[in-house]
Amino acid sequence: MPVPTPFHPRTSALCTSLFYKEWAGCYAVRSFDTCHEREYYAVRHAAGLLDVTPLYKYDVRGPDAGRLLSRVCVRGFTKQKLGVVSYVCWCDDDGHVLDDGTVTHLDDEHYRMTTADPSLYWLNRHARGLDVEVTDVSRTIAAVALQGPKARAVASELVPSGLDELRFFRALRTEWEGRELLVTRTGYTGDLGYELWVANEDALPLWDALIEAGRPHGLMPMGLDALDVVRVEAGFLLKDVDYFSAKHALIPPHRSTPFELGFAWMVKLDRAPFVGQAALKRAQENGHERALVGLEIDWERFEEIYYSFGLPPDLPTATCREGVPVYAHGRFVGQATSRTWSPTCKRYIALATVEAEHAEIGSELEIEVTVEYNRTPCRATVVEKPFFDPERKKSCPGVTA
Amino acid sequence: MAETWDAIVVGGGHNGLTCAAYLAKAGKKVLVLERRHVLGGAAVSEEVFPGFTFSVCSYVVSLLRPWIIRDLELSRFGLEMIPLECSFSPLPDGDSLCRWSDPERTRTEISRFSRRDAELYPEFGLAMMQMARFAKPVIDAPAPDPASLNPRELIELLKLGRHFQDAERDDLAVRLKLFTMSAADYLDEWFESDVLKAPMSVSGIIGTFQGVRSPGTAYVMLHHYMGEIDGAFRSWGFAKGGTGGVSNAIAASARHFGAEIRTNAAVERVLCSGGTARGVVLANGDELAAREVVSGCDPRLTFLGLVGREELPDDFATQIERFKFRGSSGKVNIALDRLPPFPGREGDLHLRGDIAVAPGVEYLERAFDDAKYGDFSRRPYINIVLPSIVDPSVAPPGKHVMSCFVQYAPYDIKEGPERWPERREAFGDAVCDTIEELAPGFKDSILHRQVLSPWDLEREYGLTEGNIFHGELSLEQLAFLRPAAGWARYRTPVKHLWLCGSGAHPGGGIMGSPGALCAKTMLNGGGL
Repeated sequence: MPVPTPFHPRTSALCTSLFYKEWAGCYAVRSFDTCHEREYYAVRHAAGLLDVTPLYKYDVRGPDAGRLLSRVCVRGFTKQKLGVVSYVCWCDDDGHVLDDGTVTHLDDEHYRMTTADPSLYWLNRHARGLDVEVTDVSRTIAAVALQGPKARAVASELVPSGLDELRFFRALRTEWEGRELLVTRTGYTGDLGYELWVANEDALPLWDALIEAGRPHGLMPMGLDALDVVRVEAGFLLKDVDYFSAKHALIPPHRSTPFELGFAWMVKLDRAPFVGQAALKRAQENGHERALVGLEIDWERFEEIYYSFGLPPDLPTATCREGVPVYAHGRFVGQATSRTWSPTCKRYIALATVEAEHAEIGSELEIEVTVEYNRTPCRATVVEKPFFDPERKKSCPGVTA
Repeated sequence: MAETWDAIVVGGGHNGLTCAAYLAKAGKKVLVLERRHVLGGAAVSEEVFPGFTFSVCSYVVSLLRPWIIRDLELSRFGLEMIPLECSFSPLPDGDSLCRWSDPERTRTEISRFSRRDAELYPEFGLAMMQMARFAKPVIDAPAPDPASLNPRELIELLKLGRHFQDAERDDLAVRLKLFTMSAADYLDEWFESDVLKAPMSVSGIIGTFQGVRSPGTAYVMLHHYMGEIDGAFRSWGFAKGGTGGVSNAIAASARHFGAEIRTNAAVERVLCSGGTARGVVLANGDELAAREVVSGCDPRLTFLGLVGREELPDDFATQIERFKFRGSSGKVNIALDRLPPFPGREGDLHLRGDIAVAPGVEYLERAFDDAKYGDFSRRPYINIVLPSIVDPSVAPPGKHVMSCFVQYAPYDIKEGPERWPERREAFGDAVCDTIEELAPGFKDSILHRQVLSPWDLEREYGLTEGNIFHGELSLEQLAFLRPAAGWARYRTPVKHLWLCGSGAHPGGGIMGSPGALCAKTMLNGGGL
């Protein structure tokens, strides 16, 4: 059975919908209300507070901590500066992505890694011969994401100094009421936001303090359904939805290289040996057959299809995770794996994996639309990701350019 | 001999019935003869004690082929299956491991013993599934004959070869390891926790006279993962009403298609003349003529019992004599007043699958040691199911039937198998003592007990040396070697005599394949 996170006493009291799902063995709220829309608007216009404790978290400590992470991940960490957070993926020997997550350089010889799948063994397996210790802190450290335009204002109530200077993907180790608090300028929303990390026993006071501080700013607790919409707007992939871990793949199409997922920017090939290096070099030379792209569904055509059935367009307000085929001139070229109406962009958007030759921005494709049980191709265009990218995401009032 | 049948099937086990149903469906005039008063052979349900119906011998439905379910319309004829939900392994210290159908829950359980194993467990499942995908075509077609020059045979062989060729290089390495390694050694390559490895390794030894460290046992573990491929058909499950429910559904289908089935009709011998089978002689002296005689009995009983060595080529008879049976397991069926109280677990969720008494690899190997030297295991491997939890039709309300498959119980016990009747209850006591240690108070809940030694399985169910699979399922007795080189295609050296039981390819388990594939061979170029 799923287990409650340390925030459960608070979140369960607020979750009037009783909409839960299981996330990494924990109870996770899908939406506090029967509809997630209020939470969505809160995160885009005020602030949302999301329990992200279920993430797997590993503390990597020791003289070789950076070397271990460099050996496992597609980029190196030995030169990563203190206080920097990196979004990174890691691969198997064949250069196929296993998982993605963040690595925070907390201290000398101390990093923290977050993962979607349990990864203790994978890390330990590559730690042989290294002076490093990996500790699973998944269930001893609690975390909340505080996201949205008012996130800084809310967080500043707890952390009076340092936030204005805290840049995008940087970490701040601080204190709050005598308790240790780690703040990272990270999140899965593509918005201004922070993730706050504390020991389990400090979880409830932290929640209460944030809710209290957030009251004048319109802060709302938020669940995974709202997150699923904002993460698509932000162009973020979700493992097991937009791609599969090579560990769970039965057939080749279920495996992807970082290049196919648009993670090329994080791959650093010319460095000390790391898992998948040779295969990734080959993959880079040979080019890739598929690519993960952003799609925008042509609204007028979409509306037309509905009108042809005498119906007004009907859009799911949540992200739809059932993949639908994508065609080019009637030929199957891939699949759209996450689709949502973006209330902020006013566009119907999707994340899709398509044959590389159709991945260029502006490529005209068709996506399957089902209206009244009839499947009809609807024009869709390859567009830039992220779909939503506000300036505030990276803004830093305390640092002058 | 007034009447003549197109085919007489000797033995109303699930394979004999399957064969008969296929033949009848093809319009043939078929008669099934069963020695006992009840159909099913080893897939049989009997009310052993008033109100308590047991799957007396085989106790779960392993790999019943989905295409047989469809062809014979078994759902229409009463086949109902209930999936096994979990696999529970109690430990002597009061702890236990339960593997659930929910992967996350299983991960949490395993991580109490090894976090590393918990992370690797799904990967292992995936790796096995990869292998099983390629093994499955093998159990759904007659065995290829590599020595044949017949173009059709060669094409079949090439097709099979392609399955292997299509496999990735890494897969080939895994396959080779599975074919050559012991179950425990293979698991050692993956896992560190004895608590996990022990119950996993036993799927490599069931029904064989081998230990979990005996080479060649690894690949049998694949069978477990083949069942999961047909998950939609619930290949692994309880049959409603016991495993006899499968046999009864097949019998109903056979009758529907026109087959005649007689019980209490023991066949004394197969009528042969000039190297050709002509019919059968019943124990009561009746002679029944048939164009084809099909035996659902095991190879030794069929050839050396019903046919007779004198009717066979010496070379073939010698191969049959050498075919390994050496039954290694017994069965203890218990009527219970209440569910066994395994410490640390509330409710009955953990009891809704199978329970493996396999607390460690060394424990299992020691159990084998006892058997090697001619005794039953003092502390045996026991596979327990309590089908009455999910199928209340088999026990009075609130009461339960407990089926214990016990290994090892060697047929060739010290001083000879005929000593079994006097050792039988001691064997039953060893089983109950073992369970009592894991679930204190269990013995007080016993209402009735039936103990079946391999000796009993041979005498009552016609299983030579008590082997539950009609001959060991070890590599050298499979595919084109089952039951003898050159005779793996259901034909026998006796013209018009066929073998359709588990002693034919692809082997034992409530699978139905041998029966169905035999019938198809007979109908398709077999002269019927």
